[in-house]
Amino acid sequence: MSAKKTVTTLALAGAVTTALASLAMAGPLTKEQVDAAMAAKKEKCFGVSLKGQNDCAAGPGTTCQGTSTVDYQGNAWKFVAGGTCTSIDVPGGKKGSLKPI
Amino acid sequence: MLQPEQASGYAAQFAAALLTPDGATPVAVTAPGAKAAGRRFDVYRNNVTVSLIESLIAIYPAVQRITGPDFFRAMARAHVRETPPTSPLLFDYGRDFPCFIGRYEHAEAMPFLPDVARIERAWLDAYHAADAVPLDGAALAAVPPERLPGLRFAAHPAARIVRSDFAAATIFSANRSDAPVPRIDGSVPEDALITRPAFDVAVRHLPPGGAVFATLLITQHPLGAAAEAAFEAAPDFDLATNIAGLIEAGAFTDIGFEDS
Repeated sequence: MSAKKTVTTLALAGAVTTALASLAMAGPLTKEQVDAAMAAKKEKCFGVSLKGQNDCAAGPGTTCQGTSTVDYQGNAWKFVAGGTCTSIDVPGGKKGSLKPI
Repeated sequence: MLQPEQASGYAAQFAAALLTPDGATPVAVTAPGAKAAGRRFDVYRNNVTVSLIESLIAIYPAVQRITGPDFFRAMARAHVRETPPTSPLLFDYGRDFPCFIGRYEHAEAMPFLPDVARIERAWLDAYHAADAVPLDGAALAAVPPERLPGLRFAAHPAARIVRSDFAAATIFSANRSDAPVPRIDGSVPEDALITRPAFDVAVRHLPPGGAVFATLLITQHPLGAAAEAAFEAAPDFDLATNIAGLIEAGAFTDIGFEDS
């Protein structure tokens, strides 16, 4: 006999009924409402694209920024706090602060 | 005019020199009139690195906000050198970045960072996944109770799950907007469900046992077995809430049966 918990058909049926009831309470949209919502979003969403996604686009990375040394030297002393990491507490009492090395 | 075999040698030489900042300009690269092209090549080489770093910034904006831009650029640069792109599609670049962050020594103080990056990657993959109409919950009402244990769900193409030992979902959400980041206890484990039922990607926290349940259902395991595994993983697993939550999130497209 395994210690595995058996979920009875009755329990499943009860859970599905409860789930469907809670979904119905959330008020499903009619097809017309969904279509209207999607049509409204379409224009906005189709305009979204990631920076750097299009090789041909002007912008970061496509301008001449000089010689190879510009973004190549990762100096260790640059590893200083600059972001929101100081707001995030992690185990061991360590704050997520970035120390210069 | 270069012959094909010369051309491939040229490309190999050219590519190898791109990620070696101190390396010499490939001998085959010359300016018109066979003049030296060192400065021209340096510009090109720099732009390759800059554009790849910019791609990582575009894919992982929350990670950048957490680390600050200077730290991020240095970390991204180290990754670009180690793992150049294998696809010409920049949105596909950086799949290995979360793992890289996990072993990047300067990021050790932020153990939650790889999982935040995994959620950002899942967000983008959900964004680019195929469109599909989510399952209508009413379809479940028609299933006879005795067939429920063998019920299987077809996963929505955009559905993703990211499990974390840290508060990765909360940290992700707080850093994807411009709003000030509140104090966050990063040590609370969180599992995230990423879906895109229509045009917008949504990221949700899963309740206890929810990740086990959702992962099994998404990988075509029957409802009865998924529920048992979830109860085993979390005794306070709430079956009804999880079924309703997954359907509402748009994690599935269809249902079928074990024996069909």
